[in-house]
Amino acid sequence: MNITVAGVKKEVEDGITVAKLIELENVETPEYVTVTVNDEFVESGSFAETVIKDGDSVEFLYFMGGGR
Amino acid sequence: MAFTNEQLERYSRHIILKEVGAKGQKKLANAKVLIIGAGGLGAPAALYLAAAGVGTIGIADADEVDLSNLQRQVIHATADIGKPKVQSAKETMEAINPDVTVNTYHTFVTSENVLDLIKDYDFILDGTDNFPAKFLINDACVMAKKPFSHAGIIRFKGQLMTYVPGQGPCYRCVFKNPPPKDAVPTCKQAGVIGAMGGVIGSLQAMEAVKYIVGAGDLLTGYLLTFDALKMEWRKVKLPSDTHNCAVCGDHPTITELIDYEQAECTDH
Ligand SMILES: [Zn+2]
Repeated sequence: MNITVAGVKKEVEDGITVAKLIELENVETPEYVTVTVNDEFVESGSFAETVIKDGDSVEFLYFMGGGR
Repeated sequence: MAFTNEQLERYSRHIILKEVGAKGQKKLANAKVLIIGAGGLGAPAALYLAAAGVGTIGIADADEVDLSNLQRQVIHATADIGKPKVQSAKETMEAINPDVTVNTYHTFVTSENVLDLIKDYDFILDGTDNFPAKFLINDACVMAKKPFSHAGIIRFKGQLMTYVPGQGPCYRCVFKNPPPKDAVPTCKQAGVIGAMGGVIGSLQAMEAVKYIVGAGDLLTGYLLTFDALKMEWRKVKLPSDTHNCAVCGDHPTITELIDYEQAECTDH
């Protein structure tokens, strides 16, 4: 199936979970990433159960703590 | 108050813009902006806000200028080493533009002082370097109904978003709780390319100016991210549902400000 990850179209296996996608995408600090699917938050405790569907758009939002 | 000929000349490139005009320039002169953190983000933001003629600029920072700051904190000079950052920043801003009144707060922001610090200001810029401060500023601005610009920079990356009460998610809507101490690197541990502060801090000043003059669309409901190595910008739409947020939601569970454990990033 085809999904969009951080604005980039990708082909992934059907029924992939958010947790699996995080692994595939080598997400930095995966425990602390915020995930949205189709502009809705995915609860951080439910990445393993959340299944991504064909056509979904996934975003990873990262903590960025620097500034000074 | 009417502008003097000198002021008309100084702000001529603003006044000629239809989105600003003499009316917008007057709004800037009457505006009060608070910058928290006189560092990588706060330094360029302060320079542009002072140059823009923002009438009152507050600047809060507890630190003194250190040699390692000068690679990116462009408001401070070599001769300022050892001086309180707020003092050095004030001197530079006043040298750029004598129209500006600069208020200095030589202190860390805490749950005790943050509401008092922000209360007289129209717009707040978060230029801090740690998550406890970022969450504190967010929560205080939500509680006091103040618009603010969040930003973060690390390595070759930067991000920012704008919160305006009632017009979209707050920082806590997106990031929920601070990560545990040292779980996510800060710029001291990870490094940051100096010009990143200029890129993102200038955009914070841009959002403040746009908010004050009422021009265009703000970054409310979006997180703008920048990757300098790929030279890639992304404007990521944030969920619009704020109902469940612990601080800005319908039934907030955070009703008092929290001092989270300070991460080891004193920047010295
Ligand atoms: Zn919120």
